[in-house]
Amino acid sequence: MPEINWTALVVFVLLFGLITWLGFAAARWRKGDLDQLHEWGLGGRRFGTVVTWFLVGGDIYTAYTFIAVPALAFGAGAVAFFAVPYTILIYPLLFLVFPRLWNVCHKHGYITAADFVRGRFGNRWLALAITITGIVATLPYIALQLLGIQVVVGALGVTGSGLAADLPLVIAFGVLAAFTYSSGLRAPASIAIVKDILIYIATFTIIIVVPLKLGGFGKIFAAVPAGKVLLAVPGDHTTGAYSAYATLALGSALALFLYPHSMTAILSANSGHAIRRNAAILPGYSFMLGLLAMIGLFVIAAGIADMPAYAHGFKQYGSNFAVPALVLHIFPSWFVGVVFAAIAIGALVPAAIMSIAVANLYTRNIHREFVNRNPTDKQEAQMAKWVSMIAKMGALIFILFVPTKFAIELQLLGGIWIIQTLPAVMLGAYTRWFNDWALLCGWAAGTTAGTLMAVASKLTPTFALTLGGHTFPGYSALYTLVLNLVIAAILTPLFNGMRPGRPPVDATAPADYLAE
Amino acid sequence: MKDAQKKEKASWWYLLFVLQFLVILWPPFYNKMTPTLIGLPFFYWFQLLWVIVSAAFTAVVYWATRG
Repeated sequence: MPEINWTALVVFVLLFGLITWLGFAAARWRKGDLDQLHEWGLGGRRFGTVVTWFLVGGDIYTAYTFIAVPALAFGAGAVAFFAVPYTILIYPLLFLVFPRLWNVCHKHGYITAADFVRGRFGNRWLALAITITGIVATLPYIALQLLGIQVVVGALGVTGSGLAADLPLVIAFGVLAAFTYSSGLRAPASIAIVKDILIYIATFTIIIVVPLKLGGFGKIFAAVPAGKVLLAVPGDHTTGAYSAYATLALGSALALFLYPHSMTAILSANSGHAIRRNAAILPGYSFMLGLLAMIGLFVIAAGIADMPAYAHGFKQYGSNFAVPALVLHIFPSWFVGVVFAAIAIGALVPAAIMSIAVANLYTRNIHREFVNRNPTDKQEAQMAKWVSMIAKMGALIFILFVPTKFAIELQLLGGIWIIQTLPAVMLGAYTRWFNDWALLCGWAAGTTAGTLMAVASKLTPTFALTLGGHTFPGYSALYTLVLNLVIAAILTPLFNGMRPGRPPVDATAPADYLAE
Repeated sequence: MKDAQKKEKASWWYLLFVLQFLVILWPPFYNKMTPTLIGLPFFYWFQLLWVIVSAAFTAVVYWATRG
């Protein structure tokens, strides 16, 4: 049984204490009436370019990202690097589509993607589909952030059985729940600043120190087995790892900003210009993610998995222990505390934003739409605060009592489901051409097909599509998106033809999408 | 008239984004070990370089379409 690493633990707790204070103090930052949903749930839409950079960066580069990407590199090698093309592709999308969404949401007071779809297409059922997809896709993601905290706490040596082992996680959850309740989105925004600074320091230090200790990049890559250091060249009649890699990158890029927590972080910016500027500067995080994937390979080269000191950790957490083990091996205890705190705090930021996003969705698009059509501002904000708490509690219970495997599989499915909202949300930002019921049918087809494909591939992301003797392994999400679009496109003229002369309902005007 | 001209100017710059997509979505092009850079295989440094290049493209498009 490993011993507690006291120095690291003290540093960890101190940093955690700092951000706890910060989370509560944030309520007074850029002061606003937190009994209004857009103040609690979107920080009053006041975050400028720099804060948005920290918030969006901290939101999309989650603790799970920092544990799971190196873990994938450690386990599967070069294919984990798909995270780099993935993050290269998201920024043109952010640049082109989201300022338009920001403008129309600002003009009409929309807080969620479902609000926008409701206004644009005038169909409450399509909006409900968007809402439910958003909520269901986000919940396992929250659970996985708590998993990130579990791994680093375990790596600090704080283990035990039963309740004692779960206590640090419960405390972290308690802190998170409390400051999210009181400060809303301002809490993770302020903490993201601390977290991102720590993560950059940690990553750049690792990327410099470890190669120095291991004798240079050349030596490191020479130690990685040939099958893992590059993508496997596809055999005959298959596009093999090449199509898997490219479709994983493209599909993940298309899906990312459709997640409610991405939408929330982006809508909290103070203008479309802040978003565009961020599209150029957020790639700093992509670079860091690429470095992290390589760090997963360092773990292979350093032979850490074979060292007895870390055997317990690898047994407990599998490849997710790759980065914690490397950090424990190379760095002095106090820096270990800093890195682990960065990862744990890195879980709280997205977990907070994700729970706020889910709360916004429920409050606006389920409760206000179907239950109480005229809430007061205070009622709305209060409902959101409670829902955010419930979402986090649900995630905590899930992580404590359900095998981790399920959370990971649900998150994979979540990616396939959320991409089905692309036609209504992203294409809807450009055109009203699609018929609302056709979009709903496309969504249903894509969601069903995607779930079936995932099950057929035993809950792995890629599906081996076979056409005429050739195999095209690819990301199920991307294939089903194509199906979704085709169905929506075919049904649109059909459904429109059934009710000729009926003008499309649209609460928005073309000018609403452009900057004032 | 001025607005239409602005819009047309913007379209050419957006081709940079198309280039970005095409290059990075073609793994056979960069799935190689050599040439290396400070010991890094081509596969890795090329994609990292492309992060910087695409950030630069975005910055260019931002400035060019600011109007």
